[in-house]
Amino acid sequence: MSVARFWRETPRRYNLGGSKCTNCGTAYFPPRSVCPECPAHRQSIEKMIPFQLSGEGEVLSFTIVHEPAEGFELQVPYVLALVKTVEGPVLTGQVVDASPEAVAIGLKVRATFRKLREEGKAGVIHYGYKFTPVEDLPFAAGPRGPPVPAPSEVPSRDRAPA
Amino acid sequence: MKAGIVSYGVYVPRYRITPGEIGRVWGSDGESMGEGLNVRRKSVPAPDEDTITISTEALRTALLRGAIDPQQIGAVYVGSESHPYAVKPTATVVAQAVGATPFLTAADFEFACKAGTAAIQTCLGLVGSEMIRYGVAIGTDTSQGAPGDALEYSASAGGAAFVMGSERVICQVARTLSYTTDTPDFWRREGQKYPSHGGRFTGEPAYFRHVTECARRMMEVQGTGPKDYAHVVFHQPNGKFPQRVGKQLGFSEAQMRYGLVTPDIGNTYSAAALIGLANVLDRAKPRERILMVGYGSGAGSDAFDLETTDEIAAYDRSFGRPVQWYLDSGTEIPYAVYAKFRGKIHMGGS
Repeated sequence: MSVARFWRETPRRYNLGGSKCTNCGTAYFPPRSVCPECPAHRQSIEKMIPFQLSGEGEVLSFTIVHEPAEGFELQVPYVLALVKTVEGPVLTGQVVDASPEAVAIGLKVRATFRKLREEGKAGVIHYGYKFTPVEDLPFAAGPRGPPVPAPSEVPSRDRAPA
Repeated sequence: MKAGIVSYGVYVPRYRITPGEIGRVWGSDGESMGEGLNVRRKSVPAPDEDTITISTEALRTALLRGAIDPQQIGAVYVGSESHPYAVKPTATVVAQAVGATPFLTAADFEFACKAGTAAIQTCLGLVGSEMIRYGVAIGTDTSQGAPGDALEYSASAGGAAFVMGSERVICQVARTLSYTTDTPDFWRREGQKYPSHGGRFTGEPAYFRHVTECARRMMEVQGTGPKDYAHVVFHQPNGKFPQRVGKQLGFSEAQMRYGLVTPDIGNTYSAAALIGLANVLDRAKPRERILMVGYGSGAGSDAFDLETTDEIAAYDRSFGRPVQWYLDSGTEIPYAVYAKFRGKIHMGGS
């Protein structure tokens, strides 16, 4: 994606900037300039105002990605979800900081600011929203790898000489 | 001084690794290393986290807690030694992501581990002189130690954002002063991935000298002694140094208790003292005096004589997570996953 194209989308990607119809109250993301919900679309003309989503919502549906898109190799397997925001619009986004097994339909999530991708090692870095579970997850052993072995289970060649 | 802390927020990435696990890979006794450093585990950023994302999360929490209109922010300064870009400010992305742009000044600071406290001093000047209404000072890092190096057992990631202002101040800054010399104890040259350090030289002539001289001068100027402070917070490159320097200066374990967070999350560099201060403020009642002394290699110390105000009783901490949550929670990962997350594995390609 070109630098300029991504830059034009920063209000949406950084701040969940959508729009709202002051005629019927429907919120949109990405923003619309005409409201398709109003019986006569004309009624909404010039009544659409900028509106920022809170980022709160719940998982409407999700998939677990095992074959990553370019730039996501380090995060496999990762969860891509449809998130129904409290304001109404449904957003597509990655659910991070949770193992795929912990993600379920109805899981309460909140938008978080993350790195989306990099244009190689020398290129620009793109940032935007992803989602993270709201509930307090207790301290846990890692879901992304085998549990850390106790010292007694470590093969002797890996250990410091006694 | 009229200016003080109006609000604050902290963010620490979710993943953790233990010194025992690091030592297992390098054939050394990591558990003893951890005990020696007083570090039980350290935080590890996910592959999609960096200084910009951590700063943004911390600042968003601070703005929501303080109910601060981002358009009233006149300055955003981000102190770090791990800015994602060599040229292009971290602060502009953070300012845009919290809705503070475009009428404000922004810049990145670097002074090893004390860039965050230097940013607080700058904001105090701007707020105190009424050039701006609110100034944001952030200390964040995702620093790394070279694989197998002693630093690898403690270098972690985290960030703290402080909103400085002169209205609804929850913690007054009575005075700040610094102690600065040219001391080459720790450095990283342009283009180098990992820092270099002077080993034991980072101790006595560097950390201990600067922190004690700065703290003593502060107490001398303010006419105070260790007993006048309810809490004390030091820069904490590990869990041992701050305990030792605190004892040297005459502070008790109880005074140091809440300001010490490194044992549970590791050394967050520019954020280390600031997360310690946030932990104190999470618990502080009105009219408690706090001494904070930051330290940055290269080298310098910034001391702050602080006192909570009556406003802190009404301060809404309900949004965002308290520091204690970050100390207690996390997801432990093995070294291989840590190496993958931190870019220590060569992936091939250009």
